[in-house]
Formats: sequence, structure tokens, C-alpha cells
Amino acid sequence: MTATRTGALAWLTPWRAPAGAPSAEERIAFATQFQLTWWRFRKHRLAVWSGIVVIVFYLLAVLADFVAYTDPHATDSRRSYIPPQAIHLLDDDGALRPWVHGLKGKRDLKTFKIVYTVDPDSKLYLRFFAEGYPYHLFDLVPTTTHLLGVANGNAEDGLYLLGTDLLGRDVWSRLAVATRISLFIGLAGVTVSLFLGVLLGGISGLYGGAVDTVIQRLIEIIRSIPTIPLWMGLAAALPNDWTTTQIYFAITVIISFIGWTDLARVVRGRFLSLRSEDFVTAAELAGASQMRIIFRHMLPSFLSHIIAATSLALPAMIISETSLSFLGLGLRPPAISWGILLQDAQNIQTLGIAPWLLISAVPVIIIILAFNFLGDGLRDAADPYG
Amino acid sequence: MIAYTVRRLVLALVTVWAISVLSFVIIQLPPGDFVDAYISRMSANGSAVSAEEAQSLRKLYGLDRPIYVQYAKWMSRVSEGDFGASMEWQRPVTEVIGDRLWLTMVVSVAAIVLTWGIALPIGVYSAVRQYSIGDYIFTFFGFIGLAVPNFLLALILMYFSFKLFDANVGGLFSAENQLAPWSWSKLVDLLKHLPLPAAILAVAGTAQLIRIMRANLLDELRKPYVVTARAKGLTETRVILKYPVRAALNPFASSIAYLFPYVVSGSIIVSLVLGLPTVGPLLLTSLIAQDMFLAGTIVLMLGVMTVIGTFLSDLLLMWIDPRIRHQVDG
Repeated sequence: MTATRTGALAWLTPWRAPAGAPSAEERIAFATQFQLTWWRFRKHRLAVWSGIVVIVFYLLAVLADFVAYTDPHATDSRRSYIPPQAIHLLDDDGALRPWVHGLKGKRDLKTFKIVYTVDPDSKLYLRFFAEGYPYHLFDLVPTTTHLLGVANGNAEDGLYLLGTDLLGRDVWSRLAVATRISLFIGLAGVTVSLFLGVLLGGISGLYGGAVDTVIQRLIEIIRSIPTIPLWMGLAAALPNDWTTTQIYFAITVIISFIGWTDLARVVRGRFLSLRSEDFVTAAELAGASQMRIIFRHMLPSFLSHIIAATSLALPAMIISETSLSFLGLGLRPPAISWGILLQDAQNIQTLGIAPWLLISAVPVIIIILAFNFLGDGLRDAADPYG
Repeated sequence: MIAYTVRRLVLALVTVWAISVLSFVIIQLPPGDFVDAYISRMSANGSAVSAEEAQSLRKLYGLDRPIYVQYAKWMSRVSEGDFGASMEWQRPVTEVIGDRLWLTMVVSVAAIVLTWGIALPIGVYSAVRQYSIGDYIFTFFGFIGLAVPNFLLALILMYFSFKLFDANVGGLFSAENQLAPWSWSKLVDLLKHLPLPAAILAVAGTAQLIRIMRANLLDELRKPYVVTARAKGLTETRVILKYPVRAALNPFASSIAYLFPYVVSGSIIVSLVLGLPTVGPLLLTSLIAQDMFLAGTIVLMLGVMTVIGTFLSDLLLMWIDPRIRHQVDG
């Protein structure tokens, strides 16, 4: 904290400014709040990189069908539990031409089932922008082009970068689609809690008095209840015959129930501290309406705090959805989310046979770390005058 | 001090009431009731339940009365210590829950104790040796601890212990002690199994508390009284432990109030992964079967236990920090 402060203050020293260019002091004096925040944020390397990771993840999420190479719902019981493939980067002649070994179906003479094993003689060359199963890009444009595929043949027949699950579904493709659902349910959840948090926190901070006391006690009560049993109860209450979309919506509302309390606290705290600021008093004396004071004068100075608090609330949302779906109380198959993928890896017997199913945990951990670092950086930058 | 205690007590009571209503409402939310679930289960088995039979079942369990009447009846019985019968198990709810509630609390409290035991010394170290290699290592692990949901941690640990030691780390007792009555050897067995689930639950809280403790202590260490103490020639250990650590403990202690519900919540889901005999797995099955008295009692008891724990930690905080005692007395 101190290091970033002194680091941030380093450019305050005016005599270091080159002649001709506007001095650092001038730059700061004329910079908008947004510019100041941005300059401060830029210094926080880890936060900037985390921001990039978050953007990449959301891009992947938007392009999930493009990133996947086989239909995530397509099952093939003969190909269950195929381990992840090793990607060979160089071809025999030393040229950079990535390839993987194909699979070979063989009839097991004891069970008479066809079992697929790695065929060391076959080679499948990887190709970017290859043809694959048909889908609608952004739910609009029908296309068959995918990010990855094989040059000679179908991706379905031999490409299993991260292995398959019990039903022979490709883990990579499922992970891509799950990323979309899990990330956007987090975003939707945070939007609902943001609305509740800003509304109730704002009322609490603005009016004070009895209203404030009631809302604060309400927050205290909600926070002192163990949330998981509560969600379990709420989620179990969802009717079995609801569609995936209905359940998706209901789960979003359920996970926002806890998220709003933190945001409400931040908003209330900001309101209270800003209310006594000179510029608010000045605006009041100048005869500005209450709405104008809030939206024109107060909002810009705590917007950055809200953004920071939001990015810190998002990982909690994502964990909530993952936990609920993992328990079997959240989204239900055929929906695909991180929690549903991890549900497959729930017991030790399965993990013993197919440890690669735990790979689904990796993106969860990465995105939560990234959101935490990003939120920390934003929070430090949110107060550019501090 | 009394005013403070009373205020916290009133808040605790209101919270308990809110929990009781919430747990009851949740159980009422699913369309259909236990009898519907029972009928569909029976018809899946091939035997039909007649309409009269269903009606008499509803009457027997009081399901035909308005919700608030059902709530009032439930609460009045609860206040007499009668939590009703589990419809799924055909036994009194208290009997079904048995030791599970206590074991949930044992696991949670062990996790809290562990959290404190680890977070306090590491937080002090990280603040005193700010930007040292040790500080960076702890910060790194702290972030990892925050980022990995505890059920994932349980899964990963279970996988590695299975792979490396070929041992199943689940459960709270060895197989021979599972159904045995309480004895000295069963207690020892419990203590042997306790560290792993407690550690898994403690990770996230520890990571958070280390950061809080570090930040608090850093603020304190810059204050002039620390310089004075040093100038007086106190040993470095005394300078740090005597005043700044004690002052930094206050926000640290207040965070325990939020830690407790969090850990209890976590214990439910970790119990499911590790197969612990706590209320977690029972709650899940009872919710799926819409066994309302059982699920309601579990949510209620968990909530009440948590509120009591939080209240006790409030009292502890008051005892640690004289500023709170005197401030409230005015």
C-alpha cells in the first residue's frame, strides 16, 4: 500500500518535468478524476495483467462455441474416459506442424465392447479455423468454423485435448461452454446485487436516522446467517419442471441475495463521507436539487469505489454458482457450468480413474485470482487524491 | 457495558427469529409438500396412494392448515423442545440429527481456532518484516487460499492423499468407531481426523485474517508511541507485542463475527465432499426429499448455533478491548 502510494506520488514532483511539456503539476491539476484513477491503476502491474486475463476470459466466453471443437452435448459411450492428448509441436521433418495421435477402436474380446485407445501410428494435424459442428456465432451468424480442428478428418473422431468424461463428451469443449455460463451468471448476479446494494445503501446513507438503522440491522442479520444452508433451501425449492432459463434466472437471484450487503455497505460509507464534503455543501448552497447533487456531484466521486467493490464481489458470485451446481442444487444438466463439470469429479473413485476431470478447477481458480487482484488494484486507484 | 451486551443480545434474538421464519418459508417454497413427494415416490415403486389416504396424511402432519398456523404450531412445539418427526425417517428429528449438529460445531470451532492460531503469528510476522521474502510467500499463499473454494481444496487434497498415500482422508471416525458409543478411544479417533477438515475450512479465513492483521499492525507500527517505546529502550519483542499487537487485535477480533457463519456454511459443503458425519449431507438429502421438519430444524439449529457463537465472540471482543467497554458506557 505504502509502496504504491510513494510510487504514485513520485510524479507529483514538479521539477522533474521536461521543459516545454506541461509540468506534472499542471497535468494533475487539469486531469479529470477518470484520468487520475487510470494513471494510478496503471502503476499496479499485477492488477493490469489481471484485467487483461479477465478480458481474455470474457472474450473466450463470448466465443465459446468457436473455441470448442466438438459439440459439448454429443455423447459417445465408447469413448468414455479418454485421457488428455499430448500435443506434439514438431513434425518428423522438424517443421512446426502441431499434431496429436489419433484413436483406434478395438473390440475387447472379453466384453465385446469397442474400446478406443491411442493409435501410435496415426497422426492428426491440428489446424486453426477448421471446419466443425455447425453453430450460431453470437447466437446469430450460422457457421461451421472453429478455432481449432484437425486438417485430415473430423475433430470428433480424434481430438480430445483435455480428455473426455464418462459419457465420452470432450472436456475442452465443455469447459469452453461452461466458462460462458459461469462467467455470465456471475455478471448477472452482480448486476442484481449492485442494483439492490446501490438502492438500499444509497437510501441508508442519504436519509440516515431510523431508515439507516433498519437497513443496517437487516444487513447485520443477513450476514450472521450461514448462507450455504440458506441457498440450499432456496435452490432446492426450485420446481423440477422449470426450464434451464428459468433455473438460470432463479439461481442468479439467489446468489445476489448475499452479494448486495457488501455493496450496500460501500455505497452507504461513501454517501456518509461525501455528504459532509465542501463541494456538496457548495452545491447545496448554490441551490442544486438533491437529484443533481447525487448524480452530478457525488456519483462521479464514488463511481470508482463501486466499480472496485463490484469486481471484488464477482468472484464470490462465481464461487456461489459453482458451489451450488456442484451440490446438484444449482444449474442442472444439460446446462453446462463449472460447477456441473466439477460435479463429475465429485467422488474419489472417479478421480482415481479420470483425474483430468479436475482440470475444470483451473479456470475457476485463475479467474477468481484475477478478479481479486483487479479489484485490489481498482480499490487502491479509486481514491486518486488519497 | 451492560447496554452493549443487551443491544447485542436483542440483535441476536431478532436474528434467531428471522432465521426461524426464513427456514420455515424456505421449506414452504417448493410447490407440493411432503405428501406429494411421498406419492410420487410410491407410484414410482408401483403402488398407488388413494386421494383419501393422501388427505388423511396431510391432516396427520397438519399440512392442510394455513402456513402461519403451521408456523405457529411448529414454533410452539420447538419452544417445548419438540422438533417434530422426520417424515422421511419416521423418527423424531432430534434423534435423526443426533451427534451431527455437535460434530458440525466441533469442526467449525476447530477451524476458527486454527484460523486464529495461524493468522495471528503470520500476520504479525508479515507486518514486522514487511516486503521480506517470507512476507511475499505468505501473501502469495494467502491469495491462493482466497481463490480456491474450500470444496475444491477438499477435492484436490483427497485426490492427492489417495494418489500418494493410498489413504482415504474422508470421515471423522475410523470405520470401527463410526457406530460405537462415545468413549475415550472414539474421542481420540475424532481428534486424529479433525485436523484435515479443520485445515481445509480454515484456509480462506486465514488468508483474509492475515491480510487484516498485517494492515492493522502496519498502521499501528507507524504511530509515535511505538517510537517512544523503542526510545525508552524496550526490547523489540516487547515493543511490538505489548501495545501495537494488542491495538491491532480489535478489528481482527470483530472479523470473527463474520468468520463464524462463513465457516459453518463452508463446513456443510466440505462435509459433503469429505463424507463427514455432520448435518451437511443430512440437510441435502432432507431438502431433496422435502422432509420439512428435518430440513427446517437443521437450518434453524445451525442458524441459532451461529448466532450464539457470534454473540460469544462479541463478548470476547469486549473483554479483549477496553475501548469498546468504555466507549459504550459513555
